[in-house]
Amino acid sequence: MQEEFNEIFLKYHDIISLGVYGTAIGLILIGLYAVLMKKNLVKIVIGLTIIDAGIHLLFIGIGYINGGTAPIFSPGYEDAAKRMVDPIPQALVLTAIVIGFAVTAVALSLVIRLYKHHHTAKIDQIKSLKW
Amino acid sequence: MKKVLVIILLVIIGYFLANTFINIPFGENRIGDINAEKPTAAGYYLSNTKEKSKVANIITAIVVNYRGLDTLGEVTVLFLASTGIASVLYRRKEEEEETERLSLPSSTIIRSGARVLFPIIALLGIYVFIHGHLTPGGGFQGGTIVATGFLLMLISYKGFNTNHNRMTWIESLAGLTFIFLGIWGLIADNTFLGNIPEVGKLNSLLSGGLIPIIYIAVGFKVAVELTGILDILLKIKPKK
Repeated sequence: MQEEFNEIFLKYHDIISLGVYGTAIGLILIGLYAVLMKKNLVKIVIGLTIIDAGIHLLFIGIGYINGGTAPIFSPGYEDAAKRMVDPIPQALVLTAIVIGFAVTAVALSLVIRLYKHHHTAKIDQIKSLKW
Repeated sequence: MKKVLVIILLVIIGYFLANTFINIPFGENRIGDINAEKPTAAGYYLSNTKEKSKVANIITAIVVNYRGLDTLGEVTVLFLASTGIASVLYRRKEEEEETERLSLPSSTIIRSGARVLFPIIALLGIYVFIHGHLTPGGGFQGGTIVATGFLLMLISYKGFNTNHNRMTWIESLAGLTFIFLGIWGLIADNTFLGNIPEVGKLNSLLSGGLIPIIYIAVGFKVAVELTGILDILLKIKPKK
């Protein structure tokens, strides 16, 4: 089963690597587009979270090793350390997700505050931002 | 016009990103020999976690033990975020009485379903952060699951109120537990957040020394902080 999977994986290795990197870069670009083009502040915050998702996928993709398993020991497989993928990017992404949540929450609270003050969430209608 | 400029900019950024990552081969083993004399950081974690920390989940060992100080900072960031939101959306006492929760009038099905689902979601979250050192997951994930249960209750019931006093107490106690266990590690192992993994064996619930206890404290802290953030964000002043 595992060997079969590895064979299929190696056969389509180029396509999979293109898919992982392509999806990650695509997500980053989509998020940047939303941040640059959208007028609504809530949509800008959504764009920021999409950039976050792309960066996380990039990290995990770089840490992957062909045929590797999750870096968790299971009963009966205590000597599997040689076949595990890189654990450091995964730990980093765990941190990054939490920080991303905190950033999103603070940004949304600022949006709520702006909406209360100006009665709109569209940045082109908030005149005090212009100079 | 602006759209064209933005798309040109994005194409340039995308080209250079792709150009960079095409040179990093996907799936290549960059860890090297994990039993070498001087292994890479990842190799050290992979080969030493089993004996030195007795933790099955290596990510947990990195997050709580090897990089425990960073996690303490991360928990502080989360605490600062919830404090910051509370101060940005600050309401005076007389305003507090006028606010009500932003929620559509939820139907009977949602309210009954939420009542059935809430204990199960909370139980799942608690399971995830108690087994953080054995299975995928841990304090942050389990705490988030518990907070989603509270979110379900907050959007289904207008009268569902969280007790702020009790939440502050749980949060402070969890944070203090983290620091206290860190100092205990300093006394027993000569390092802040050092581990004392003498009890239990690999893959049993009682293993890993201080790591599971710290992760349970983190789970409580995250659950309470996220619930507080959601509660603040969901409250609005009704239009007159």
